[in-house]
Amino acid sequence: MKILVCITHVPDTTSKITFADNKFNTAGVQFIIGPYDEYALSRAVELKEQHGGTVTVLNVGDAETEPTIRKALAIGADDAIRINAVPKDAGYVAAQIAAIAKAEAYDLILMGRESIDYNGGLVHGLVADMLNLPSITPIMKLDIENGIAKMTREIEGGKESVECALPFVAGCQEPIAEWKIPNMRGIMSARTKPLKVVEPVAVADDIVYGTFTLPAPKGACKMVDAANPGELLTLLRNEAKVL
Amino acid sequence: MSVLIYIESNGSEIKKSSLDAVSYGAQVASKTGGTATVVAIGAIPADQLTALGNFGAAKVLHVTGDAFNQNAPLPTAAAVIQAAKQAGAKVVILPKSTLVDSFAAKVASQLKAGIVTNVTELPDTTNGFQVKRSIFTGKAFATVAINTDVKVITLAKNAYQGAETGGTATVEALSVSLSDTDTKTKITNVEKMSGELLLTEAEIVVSGGRGFKGPENWGILLDLAKALGAATGCSKPVSDMDWRPHHEHVGQTGVKVAPNLYIAVGISGAIQHLAGVNSSKCIVVINKDPEAPFFKAADYGIVGDLFEVLPKLTEAAKLLK
Repeated sequence: MKILVCITHVPDTTSKITFADNKFNTAGVQFIIGPYDEYALSRAVELKEQHGGTVTVLNVGDAETEPTIRKALAIGADDAIRINAVPKDAGYVAAQIAAIAKAEAYDLILMGRESIDYNGGLVHGLVADMLNLPSITPIMKLDIENGIAKMTREIEGGKESVECALPFVAGCQEPIAEWKIPNMRGIMSARTKPLKVVEPVAVADDIVYGTFTLPAPKGACKMVDAANPGELLTLLRNEAKVL
Repeated sequence: MSVLIYIESNGSEIKKSSLDAVSYGAQVASKTGGTATVVAIGAIPADQLTALGNFGAAKVLHVTGDAFNQNAPLPTAAAVIQAAKQAGAKVVILPKSTLVDSFAAKVASQLKAGIVTNVTELPDTTNGFQVKRSIFTGKAFATVAINTDVKVITLAKNAYQGAETGGTATVEALSVSLSDTDTKTKITNVEKMSGELLLTEAEIVVSGGRGFKGPENWGILLDLAKALGAATGCSKPVSDMDWRPHHEHVGQTGVKVAPNLYIAVGISGAIQHLAGVNSSKCIVVINKDPEAPFFKAADYGIVGDLFEVLPKLTEAAKLLK
């Protein structure tokens, strides 16, 4: 089985978000594999252990993302592709992934349900449509039996069981797998695993980002005496007008 | 520009987020000289559909049939795509939901449309078509230009308040054909929590954290939620320890909520939890630790022992009418 896992290179969830000259300020920010993508990768590695095959990891990014890609190789991917471009938006990234996937015929394309920086949640669906495949998201469980994937998908207020024949594209979330901590052997072997750099395909500027802003700062928190919590409800009704 | 708005029902009535989207769509249509058409899918009573005129819809395209009863993503996408073509829509508006998240990309791709998700304001159409969206889970915003002929946007929860304008909409049946790809996925079982308010739709959310010390103490939180008519959520450690089910986990990697009122009890306020609630209109924090970081993000706070404060608050809430 040939699995492609697409990963994002994103600021750690504890990062302070600021902008300098209308660009994301990376000073003091640690970058990680997108948490949802890491669930997808972990499950892909488990599926490879069960069924054999290969796991290829793909990232659209400049050379700065290579440590993140090497970490994915240390977790258990066999090889990696870096599309040498700064991601502009979901459509741009999806077109890059689809261009690779068209030539490679993967059995399964996995990624996180969304990136934790732009939260678009679109790339899996766009890639699927470009390849004329179904996309299923967000999946919390994935098993494969005789070429049929059996999945659990989160729906509003519950979950559903879904089946789909390979190939398809899926967006993943916890608890599809436990994150894997790379061991020393994985870290050593990751240094020499193949990492291919591919130049991007051209994509029209359908979506163009303009100005970045931060939310207005929050006013001071108004404290209510613990002995009289009913006062809180009065404030919520008469002052905040939310009750 | 003609506008198509997709709506959802919660089973008994059309969701508030959908009504907000209809109003939003009607505003976009009137700003740009077009009409607002709604696409409704599945069994929704006709009187609820004609009443969408009250929020500015001129026409409703109603899609029914067995293939559309399961809220399956790809058939739903097919219905929206064909409705958009029928209505000649230049703007397609999707109110954010779990289902919308699973098919929005398909709609955009098939319509050759640029798509922007999590839009928080009306578009600026003075020079092209620009929208404002939230990024970094509400920790920042960006303005984005959509340059394609057809545009698709998903509207963030509670970002736009619908208003009743009076009027009725005409309802027309729309028949939708499905491709092999649309029906390749089979739903074999559905488990829904019955009788629970949906976390993402609720006007009030009450969440608990590790301060409760164990799942056996959750009753006092549920009592408060019941008294306020609120949905309940929890912090990540609570769902990780299985005190509460995973679908109640509110935060950056769980459910993001944007209610009018968010009450956090016994939650310290890790940055990842704040990211899931920072779009709420009003935040209340109850914690025994006055140094809890959550107070910095709150509008109102009570420093006290939740086991003493909550029952008193619930009693007061019961008297509220």
